[in-house]
Amino acid sequence: MRQLKKRIVKDFFFSLIIIVMAFSACIPLFLILGFIIKNGASSINLDFFIHLPKPVGEQGGGILNAIIGTFIITGIAFLLATPLSILAGIYLSENRKNAFSEILRTSVDILSSIPSIVIGIIAYLWIVKPMKTFSALSGGIALAIIMLPVVIKSTEETFAIIPYGLKEASFALGVPYYRTILKVILPAGLSGVITGTLIAISRIAGETAPLLFTAFGNPFMNLNLTKPMNTIPLVVFNYTTSPYEQWHKIAWAAALVLLIIVLTLNIFSRIISKKWKVKF
Amino acid sequence: MESQILKIENFSAGFGKCLVLKNIDFSVEQNRITAIMGPSGCGKTTLIRCINRMHEFSPGAVFSGKILLHDEDIYSINPIIVRRKIGMVFQRPNPFPTMSIYENVISGFILNGIKLKKGERDHIVVNSLQKAGLWEEVKDNLHRRGTFLSGGQQQRLCIARALAMNPDILLLDEPTSSLDPKSTLLIEQLMEELKQSITILIVTHNIAQAARISDYVAFLYLGELMEFGLSKEVFTAPKNKKTEEYLTGKFG
Amino acid sequence: MIENRLKEIKQKLIEFSLLTEKIIDGSIKFLLSKESSGLKHIIEIDEPETNELELEIEEMCIEAIAQFAPKASHLRTILMILKINNDLERMGDHAVNICESALFLIERPDLKPLIDIPRMADEATKMLNDSIKAYIEQDPKMAKDVCRRDENVDNLRNQILRELITYMINDPSTIERALHLLRIAQNLERIADLSTNVCEDVVFMVEGKIIKHHHGADPD
Repeated sequence: MRQLKKRIVKDFFFSLIIIVMAFSACIPLFLILGFIIKNGASSINLDFFIHLPKPVGEQGGGILNAIIGTFIITGIAFLLATPLSILAGIYLSENRKNAFSEILRTSVDILSSIPSIVIGIIAYLWIVKPMKTFSALSGGIALAIIMLPVVIKSTEETFAIIPYGLKEASFALGVPYYRTILKVILPAGLSGVITGTLIAISRIAGETAPLLFTAFGNPFMNLNLTKPMNTIPLVVFNYTTSPYEQWHKIAWAAALVLLIIVLTLNIFSRIISKKWKVKF
Repeated sequence: MESQILKIENFSAGFGKCLVLKNIDFSVEQNRITAIMGPSGCGKTTLIRCINRMHEFSPGAVFSGKILLHDEDIYSINPIIVRRKIGMVFQRPNPFPTMSIYENVISGFILNGIKLKKGERDHIVVNSLQKAGLWEEVKDNLHRRGTFLSGGQQQRLCIARALAMNPDILLLDEPTSSLDPKSTLLIEQLMEELKQSITILIVTHNIAQAARISDYVAFLYLGELMEFGLSKEVFTAPKNKKTEEYLTGKFG
Repeated sequence: MIENRLKEIKQKLIEFSLLTEKIIDGSIKFLLSKESSGLKHIIEIDEPETNELELEIEEMCIEAIAQFAPKASHLRTILMILKINNDLERMGDHAVNICESALFLIERPDLKPLIDIPRMADEATKMLNDSIKAYIEQDPKMAKDVCRRDENVDNLRNQILRELITYMINDPSTIERALHLLRIAQNLERIADLSTNVCEDVVFMVEGKIIKHHHGADPD
């Protein structure tokens, strides 16, 4: 009987510890969120979104150019990386065992483990140098390279869990292979692919390092892809490292905006994966 | 009038060097239910998958011999045509999850890019669902997803989907092995009705089921055809010793 | 499926029982009317036909068992049909025996006016008739009633036996004819017995209760 009681007590404490630990894992997140909101919220107003940065000393000013720049550069990365990665992901899930897919899979793993700053340097050497100018395009390409393995992996995983029976069902109706992939497999995995892509976008939206050598940053509005362009992470980086108190405030606000964008993307991807979830 | 719609002649198949089916020889009578039974791993499923040329999707698939549909070797016909003439229903119900019930039934047309007029489409959907005994249960929910249905209903939806293509032969690969007894009974009754208009070939490891529903039965053991004949004869007095042992539960 | 198959077999069995009844009826009828052609027809045509039917029904039952592995009432029905089938075939054989003795008797002068034998035959065929009715209507009450009537037939047979013994003692030349008459009575008694068997089977089929060997003790 006493043995049993001891066990029940032990059991209780063990559960308690797990709960406490689980909660404490969330503490850093809430601290960061709270800190950023506290410091950033005061500087955020409509002007912040619709005005360009002002020179040091002048009050106000916004980061419109950086917001637009972020959308353009991640847009470039999205357009470049997504079609390629989805096709590669389908290839990997369709050919699980042949030699080429093994090579491809390993390459993707290696690519995903390359630090983003290294990718930035490569983009700098290969694109910025020959073009003799920093540019939005080079930034987009650098981000696309970072995005590739993420989307490939998530696409492969999405398609890998689609039951083989579905493909068989399609074949048994006399549907050719390519139509089966396009009309059965792709729609069934679509929500997974979209979720994966959104998460990848939210990741590259916050990338700074590779953009330092490529998009570089620009205090003015620029829509030309072959010219330097500002992005929100660059604003955060440049303004935080500046000596001006007022710029620090703008940096906090920009960080908050970035956070909101990333969080929104994350929440969206969750909603999509829940709502559009395909039940097999 | 009995006529043989499908003839399997000296057919062997396997994976790489491993032969799963050895010199199978039998014929399938039109508008009859032919059951293929045998212990696990005897090649039942491989055989049925050879008949609509699904076997060749498996890595390392090999085969030899002939399978004649209306006296024409199916291996000399485009596999896509063969599969439209010989429909198949699988062990686990597999309706297309992104499609409604309605779309599932005509998915053979949608996926193949065959355009139908609205009236034709409706007619095929209603007709196929009626044949599959599902119409009454789903007629008010035609535009809901097929995956909302119960397992047994899903399986009948898959049957309707196969019937919509108007095949000559319907292959069923252990269609009730994942279903409860009631759904099983429904599907067995359905087969009884369907054989008026279609030839059915069913793979089952359930001896009782084979006995209940089939007109003819083929017994496969270790890739060889041990016995083929009228079900009532095979189940009463099998000629082959192995069949006798299998039916009396000595192995299997 | 199994229901349909059972229906087919039952139909066949009814056909069989009606033919058997006709044979038994005929054997006595032609004995009384002294029609040897009718008796021969039974021996050569009708009875072989019942044998065919018996085989056919037996085969159907075996196939049904092999194919459907019947349970509960289905199982009881098929088993009882098999037994009833057997009993009916035996009744046919008895009818042939009666016909053979009848053929012997109608060639010869009457030993005595036939009174008890027709009564017995009447009772036996009625029993068979009722047992078949009980089978068709699945009526255990009627079936049990038939079982009780078996005694009447037994009594009639004993009475005939006693009567014939006196004939045989008085005049040995009557022995051969008397024995044939006795054989007819004996076969009728067997037919009545088999009818009670059929009824017992009907009770088992409907109620699942075995009443064999202790009927009469049953209050209803």
